Amino acid sequence: MCNKVDAVHVPDGFLDVPTSVATGALAAGTVALALRKARTELDDRTAPLAGLTAAFVFAGQMINFPVAAGTSGHLIGAVLTAVLVGPWTAVLCMTAVLLVQAVLFADGGLTALGTNVTLMALLAVVVGYGVFRGLSAVLPRTRTGVLTAAGVSAFLSVPAAALAFVGLFALGGAVDLPLGTVVSAMTGVHLLIGLGEAAITVAIVGAVLAVRPDLVHGARRISAATVLEDRRPVAAEVPR
Amino acid sequence: MSRRGRTLWIVGVALALVVAGVVSWYASSSPDGLEWAAERAGFAHTAEDSAVAGSPLADYLWNGEEDRLSAGAAGVVGVLVTLLLAGGVTWLVRRRGVPGQG
Repeated sequence: MCNKVDAVHVPDGFLDVPTSVATGALAAGTVALALRKARTELDDRTAPLAGLTAAFVFAGQMINFPVAAGTSGHLIGAVLTAVLVGPWTAVLCMTAVLLVQAVLFADGGLTALGTNVTLMALLAVVVGYGVFRGLSAVLPRTRTGVLTAAGVSAFLSVPAAALAFVGLFALGGAVDLPLGTVVSAMTGVHLLIGLGEAAITVAIVGAVLAVRPDLVHGARRISAATVLEDRRPVAAEVPR
Repeated sequence: MSRRGRTLWIVGVALALVVAGVVSWYASSSPDGLEWAAERAGFAHTAEDSAVAGSPLADYLWNGEEDRLSAGAAGVVGVLVTLLLAGGVTWLVRRRGVPGQG
Protein backbone atom coordinates (compact mmCIF):
# COMPACT_ATOMS: atom_id res chain seq x y z
CA MET A 1 0.00 0.00 0.00
CA CYS A 2 1.49 3.31 -0.97
CA ASN A 3 -0.58 6.31 -0.16
CA LYS A 4 0.28 9.90 -0.47
CA VAL A 5 -1.71 11.86 2.06
CA ASP A 6 -3.81 14.17 0.07
CA ALA A 7 -5.72 16.41 2.42
CA VAL A 8 -6.59 18.86 -0.28
CA HIS A 9 -7.73 22.32 0.66
CA VAL A 10 -8.43 25.09 -1.81
CA PRO A 11 -5.29 25.35 -3.98
CA ASP A 12 -3.88 28.46 -5.61
CA GLY A 13 -5.59 29.33 -8.87
CA PHE A 14 -9.22 28.32 -8.18
CA LEU A 15 -10.17 31.87 -7.21
CA ASP A 16 -9.04 35.13 -8.76
CA VAL A 17 -6.75 37.65 -7.06
CA PRO A 18 -9.41 40.13 -5.82
CA THR A 19 -11.40 37.32 -4.17
CA SER A 20 -8.24 35.89 -2.58
CA VAL A 21 -7.24 39.34 -1.31
CA ALA A 22 -10.73 39.87 0.13
CA THR A 23 -10.81 36.52 1.94
CA GLY A 24 -7.24 37.18 3.11
CA ALA A 25 -8.31 40.48 4.67
CA LEU A 26 -11.39 38.88 6.24
CA ALA A 27 -9.25 36.04 7.63
CA ALA A 28 -6.63 38.43 9.03
CA GLY A 29 -9.29 40.59 10.69
CA THR A 30 -10.99 37.55 12.21
CA VAL A 31 -7.75 36.17 13.61
CA ALA A 32 -6.87 39.56 15.10
CA LEU A 33 -10.28 39.70 16.81
CA ALA A 34 -9.99 36.07 17.96
CA LEU A 35 -6.60 36.81 19.56
CA ARG A 36 -8.39 39.24 21.87
CA LYS A 37 -11.65 37.35 22.38
CA ALA A 38 -10.10 33.91 22.98
CA ARG A 39 -8.72 35.28 26.25
CA THR A 40 -12.15 34.82 27.82
CA GLU A 41 -12.11 31.10 26.94
CA LEU A 42 -8.54 30.27 27.87
CA ASP A 43 -7.00 29.83 31.28
CA ASP A 44 -4.29 27.66 32.79
CA ARG A 45 -6.54 24.59 32.61
CA THR A 46 -8.02 24.98 29.13
CA ALA A 47 -5.06 26.42 27.16
CA PRO A 48 -3.18 23.08 27.07
CA LEU A 49 -6.32 21.40 25.69
CA ALA A 50 -6.43 23.99 22.89
CA GLY A 51 -2.94 23.13 21.65
CA LEU A 52 -3.72 19.44 21.92
CA THR A 53 -6.98 19.85 19.97
CA ALA A 54 -5.18 21.68 17.14
CA ALA A 55 -2.53 18.93 16.96
CA PHE A 56 -5.29 16.36 16.89
CA VAL A 57 -7.14 18.17 14.09
CA PHE A 58 -3.90 18.27 12.09
CA ALA A 59 -3.54 14.50 12.54
CA GLY A 60 -7.24 13.88 11.84
CA GLN A 61 -7.11 15.87 8.60
CA MET A 62 -4.41 13.48 7.31
CA ILE A 63 -6.89 10.62 7.39
CA ASN A 64 -8.93 10.61 4.22
CA PHE A 65 -11.81 8.20 4.58
CA PRO A 66 -13.50 6.76 1.49
CA VAL A 67 -16.94 8.05 0.58
CA ALA A 68 -19.07 6.92 -2.35
CA ALA A 69 -18.04 7.07 -6.00
CA GLY A 70 -14.28 6.79 -5.64
CA THR A 71 -13.87 9.96 -3.63
CA SER A 72 -12.66 10.60 -0.12
CA GLY A 73 -13.07 13.16 2.57
CA HIS A 74 -11.40 14.15 5.78
CA LEU A 75 -12.23 15.82 9.04
CA ILE A 76 -12.43 19.60 9.13
CA GLY A 77 -12.59 19.73 12.92
CA ALA A 78 -14.11 23.19 13.32
CA VAL A 79 -17.09 22.08 15.42
CA LEU A 80 -14.96 19.57 17.34
CA THR A 81 -12.57 22.35 18.30
CA ALA A 82 -15.26 24.93 19.05
CA VAL A 83 -17.20 22.53 21.32
CA LEU A 84 -14.04 21.43 23.16
CA VAL A 85 -12.28 24.77 23.65
CA GLY A 86 -14.68 27.52 22.56
CA PRO A 87 -15.38 29.27 19.25
CA TRP A 88 -12.78 32.08 19.43
CA THR A 89 -10.07 29.64 20.42
CA ALA A 90 -11.26 27.38 17.59
CA VAL A 91 -10.59 30.19 15.10
CA LEU A 92 -6.99 30.34 16.38
CA CYS A 93 -6.51 26.56 16.45
CA MET A 94 -7.95 25.99 12.98
CA THR A 95 -5.88 28.85 11.57
CA ALA A 96 -2.73 27.33 13.10
CA VAL A 97 -3.51 23.98 11.45
CA LEU A 98 -4.17 25.58 8.05
CA LEU A 99 -1.04 27.72 8.30
CA VAL A 100 1.19 24.74 9.08
CA GLN A 101 -0.41 22.74 6.24
CA ALA A 102 -0.01 25.53 3.68
CA VAL A 103 3.53 26.59 4.63
CA LEU A 104 5.20 23.28 5.51
CA PHE A 105 3.19 20.71 3.56
CA ALA A 106 2.07 22.66 0.45
CA ASP A 107 -1.49 21.59 1.30
CA GLY A 108 -3.80 24.41 0.30
CA GLY A 109 -2.34 27.30 -1.68
CA LEU A 110 -0.41 30.15 -0.08
CA THR A 111 -2.50 32.80 -1.84
CA ALA A 112 -5.54 30.63 -0.99
CA LEU A 113 -4.66 30.56 2.72
CA GLY A 114 -7.09 33.40 3.44
CA THR A 115 -9.80 31.48 1.58
CA ASN A 116 -9.12 28.29 3.52
CA VAL A 117 -9.10 30.19 6.83
CA THR A 118 -12.34 31.94 5.86
CA LEU A 119 -14.03 28.64 4.98
CA MET A 120 -12.71 26.31 7.68
CA ALA A 121 -11.60 28.53 10.57
CA LEU A 122 -14.31 31.18 10.26
CA LEU A 123 -17.40 29.98 8.40
CA ALA A 124 -17.38 26.37 9.61
CA VAL A 125 -16.89 27.59 13.19
CA VAL A 126 -19.57 30.31 13.00
CA VAL A 127 -22.19 28.10 11.34
CA GLY A 128 -21.26 24.96 13.27
CA TYR A 129 -21.03 26.58 16.69
CA GLY A 130 -24.15 28.65 15.96
CA VAL A 131 -26.14 25.49 15.25
CA PHE A 132 -24.57 23.82 18.30
CA ARG A 133 -25.69 26.67 20.58
CA GLY A 134 -29.16 26.71 19.03
CA LEU A 135 -29.63 22.98 19.52
CA SER A 136 -28.11 23.06 23.01
CA ALA A 137 -30.77 25.55 24.02
CA VAL A 138 -33.61 23.16 23.14
CA LEU A 139 -32.03 19.77 23.87
CA PRO A 140 -31.83 18.35 27.41
CA ARG A 141 -28.77 19.47 29.35
CA THR A 142 -27.23 16.04 29.40
CA ARG A 143 -24.27 14.26 27.88
CA THR A 144 -26.56 12.88 25.15
CA GLY A 145 -27.90 16.37 24.48
CA VAL A 146 -24.41 17.79 24.04
CA LEU A 147 -23.32 14.92 21.79
CA THR A 148 -26.46 15.19 19.64
CA ALA A 149 -25.94 18.93 19.20
CA ALA A 150 -22.24 18.38 18.39
CA GLY A 151 -23.00 15.66 15.84
CA VAL A 152 -25.71 17.57 13.99
CA SER A 153 -23.71 20.80 13.88
CA ALA A 154 -20.54 18.98 12.76
CA PHE A 155 -22.54 17.35 9.98
CA LEU A 156 -23.96 20.68 8.78
CA SER A 157 -20.62 22.52 8.98
CA VAL A 158 -19.21 20.51 6.07
CA PRO A 159 -21.84 21.26 3.38
CA ALA A 160 -21.95 24.83 4.74
CA ALA A 161 -18.23 25.27 4.05
CA ALA A 162 -18.63 23.60 0.65
CA LEU A 163 -21.48 25.94 -0.30
CA ALA A 164 -19.50 28.94 0.92
CA PHE A 165 -16.74 27.87 -1.44
CA VAL A 166 -19.30 27.75 -4.25
CA GLY A 167 -20.34 31.30 -3.30
CA LEU A 168 -16.72 32.47 -3.54
CA PHE A 169 -16.35 30.61 -6.82
CA ALA A 170 -19.42 32.43 -8.16
CA LEU A 171 -17.82 35.75 -7.19
CA GLY A 172 -14.32 35.08 -8.38
CA GLY A 173 -13.86 31.63 -9.85
CA ALA A 174 -11.01 31.19 -12.32
CA VAL A 175 -13.45 30.02 -14.99
CA ASP A 176 -17.07 30.84 -15.71
CA LEU A 177 -19.22 27.82 -15.03
CA PRO A 178 -22.96 27.44 -14.56
CA LEU A 179 -23.43 27.75 -10.80
CA GLY A 180 -25.78 24.76 -10.71
CA THR A 181 -23.03 22.45 -11.95
CA VAL A 182 -20.67 23.52 -9.18
CA VAL A 183 -23.38 23.35 -6.51
CA SER A 184 -24.48 19.85 -7.47
CA ALA A 185 -20.92 18.55 -7.71
CA MET A 186 -19.97 20.01 -4.32
CA THR A 187 -23.12 19.29 -2.31
CA GLY A 188 -23.65 15.53 -2.56
CA VAL A 189 -20.11 14.48 -1.77
CA HIS A 190 -19.82 16.97 1.10
CA LEU A 191 -23.06 15.72 2.67
CA LEU A 192 -21.44 12.28 2.84
CA ILE A 193 -18.21 13.71 4.21
CA GLY A 194 -20.35 15.51 6.81
CA LEU A 195 -21.46 12.12 8.17
CA GLY A 196 -17.83 11.21 8.79
CA GLU A 197 -17.25 14.61 10.37
CA ALA A 198 -20.21 14.02 12.72
CA ALA A 199 -19.02 10.51 13.68
CA ILE A 200 -15.47 11.66 14.51
CA THR A 201 -16.71 14.74 16.38
CA VAL A 202 -19.16 12.74 18.52
CA ALA A 203 -16.54 10.06 19.29
CA ILE A 204 -13.91 12.54 20.45
CA VAL A 205 -16.20 14.93 22.34
CA GLY A 206 -17.74 11.83 23.95
CA ALA A 207 -14.31 10.53 25.02
CA VAL A 208 -13.27 13.86 26.55
CA LEU A 209 -16.68 14.20 28.26
CA ALA A 210 -16.16 10.77 29.79
CA VAL A 211 -12.85 11.67 31.44
CA ARG A 212 -12.88 15.45 31.93
CA PRO A 213 -16.40 16.89 31.41
CA ASP A 214 -15.30 20.05 33.22
CA LEU A 215 -12.86 20.87 30.41
CA VAL A 216 -15.42 20.76 27.59
CA HIS A 217 -16.38 24.34 26.71
CA GLY A 218 -19.68 23.31 25.08
CA ALA A 219 -20.72 21.28 28.13
CA ARG A 220 -20.20 23.94 30.78
CA ARG A 221 -23.92 24.21 31.40
CA ILE A 222 -24.30 20.49 32.04
CA SER A 223 -21.16 19.84 34.03
CA ALA A 224 -22.42 21.73 37.07
CA ALA A 225 -25.74 19.86 36.96
CA THR A 226 -24.07 16.48 36.46
CA VAL A 227 -21.71 16.98 39.37
CA LEU A 228 -24.69 17.70 41.62
CA GLU A 229 -26.60 14.65 40.40
CA ASP A 230 -23.60 12.41 40.58
CA ARG A 231 -22.80 12.25 44.25
CA ARG A 232 -19.99 9.78 43.91
CA PRO A 233 -16.80 10.86 45.70
CA VAL A 234 -14.98 11.11 42.36
CA ALA A 235 -17.27 13.91 41.28
CA ALA A 236 -15.96 16.08 44.11
CA GLU A 237 -12.51 16.38 42.60
CA VAL A 238 -13.77 17.24 39.12
CA PRO A 239 -14.15 21.02 39.41
CA ARG A 240 -10.46 21.65 39.98
CA MET B 1 -2.35 21.07 35.18
CA SER B 2 -3.94 18.53 37.49
CA ARG B 3 -2.78 14.93 37.32
CA ARG B 4 -5.85 13.83 35.34
CA GLY B 5 -5.44 16.81 33.05
CA ARG B 6 -1.85 15.82 32.40
CA THR B 7 -2.86 12.23 31.67
CA LEU B 8 -5.50 13.38 29.19
CA TRP B 9 -2.94 15.65 27.52
CA ILE B 10 -0.27 12.97 27.21
CA VAL B 11 -2.75 10.38 25.91
CA GLY B 12 -4.12 12.94 23.42
CA VAL B 13 -0.69 13.91 22.07
CA ALA B 14 0.32 10.24 21.81
CA LEU B 15 -2.89 9.48 19.91
CA ALA B 16 -2.31 12.40 17.51
CA LEU B 17 1.26 11.22 16.88
CA VAL B 18 0.10 7.67 16.15
CA VAL B 19 -2.69 8.87 13.84
CA ALA B 20 -0.38 11.22 11.89
CA GLY B 21 2.71 9.04 12.06
CA VAL B 22 1.29 5.57 11.44
CA VAL B 23 -2.43 5.45 10.60
CA SER B 24 -2.12 8.15 7.91
CA TRP B 25 -0.28 5.66 5.66
CA TYR B 26 -3.52 3.71 5.34
CA ALA B 27 -5.70 6.72 4.49
CA SER B 28 -7.71 6.67 1.27
CA SER B 29 -5.84 8.09 -1.71
CA SER B 30 -8.99 8.67 -3.76
CA PRO B 31 -9.46 12.30 -4.79
CA ASP B 32 -11.01 14.28 -1.95
CA GLY B 33 -14.44 15.89 -2.15
CA LEU B 34 -13.21 19.24 -3.48
CA GLU B 35 -10.85 17.69 -6.05
CA TRP B 36 -13.56 15.32 -7.22
CA ALA B 37 -16.12 18.13 -7.48
CA ALA B 38 -13.61 20.31 -9.34
CA GLU B 39 -13.00 17.51 -11.84
CA ARG B 40 -16.69 16.92 -12.29
CA ALA B 41 -17.68 20.58 -12.59
CA GLY B 42 -14.70 21.30 -14.85
CA PHE B 43 -12.41 23.67 -12.97
CA ALA B 44 -9.78 21.25 -11.63
CA HIS B 45 -7.33 22.39 -14.33
CA THR B 46 -7.23 25.90 -12.84
CA ALA B 47 -5.34 24.65 -9.75
CA GLU B 48 -1.78 25.91 -9.58
CA ASP B 49 1.12 24.42 -7.69
CA SER B 50 1.73 26.09 -4.35
CA ALA B 51 4.82 28.29 -4.18
CA VAL B 52 6.15 25.84 -1.59
CA ALA B 53 5.29 22.71 -3.61
CA GLY B 54 9.01 21.87 -3.65
CA SER B 55 9.45 22.12 0.11
CA PRO B 56 10.98 19.11 1.91
CA LEU B 57 7.65 18.22 3.51
CA ALA B 58 5.36 18.84 0.52
CA ASP B 59 2.58 16.27 0.08
CA TYR B 60 3.17 15.01 3.64
CA LEU B 61 6.31 13.12 2.64
CA TRP B 62 9.85 13.64 3.91
CA ASN B 63 11.87 14.69 0.82
CA GLY B 64 9.16 13.32 -1.41
CA GLU B 65 10.01 9.70 -0.66
CA GLU B 66 6.90 7.56 -0.82
CA ASP B 67 7.52 5.17 2.00
CA ARG B 68 6.12 4.53 5.43
CA LEU B 69 9.03 6.13 7.29
CA SER B 70 8.99 9.31 5.22
CA ALA B 71 5.21 9.70 5.54
CA GLY B 72 5.36 8.94 9.25
CA ALA B 73 8.13 11.46 9.88
CA ALA B 74 6.22 14.17 8.01
CA GLY B 75 3.11 13.46 10.08
CA VAL B 76 5.01 13.57 13.36
CA VAL B 77 6.69 16.89 12.44
CA GLY B 78 3.29 18.33 11.50
CA VAL B 79 1.69 17.33 14.81
CA LEU B 80 4.59 18.75 16.83
CA VAL B 81 4.75 22.04 14.90
CA THR B 82 0.97 22.49 15.18
CA LEU B 83 1.11 21.69 18.89
CA LEU B 84 3.85 24.28 19.41
CA LEU B 85 2.15 26.96 17.31
CA ALA B 86 -1.43 26.56 18.54
CA GLY B 87 -0.34 25.63 22.06
CA GLY B 88 2.04 28.59 22.20
CA VAL B 89 -0.47 31.15 20.93
CA THR B 90 -3.29 29.96 23.20
CA TRP B 91 -0.91 29.81 26.19
CA LEU B 92 0.19 33.41 25.53
CA VAL B 93 -3.32 34.85 25.23
CA ARG B 94 -4.81 32.93 28.19
CA ARG B 95 -6.00 34.56 31.41
CA ARG B 96 -3.34 34.09 34.02
CA GLY B 97 -4.09 32.06 37.15
CA VAL B 98 -6.74 29.41 37.70
CA PRO B 99 -10.21 30.94 38.23
CA GLY B 100 -11.34 30.79 41.82
CA GLN B 101 -7.79 30.53 43.09
CA GLY B 102 -6.95 34.21 42.86
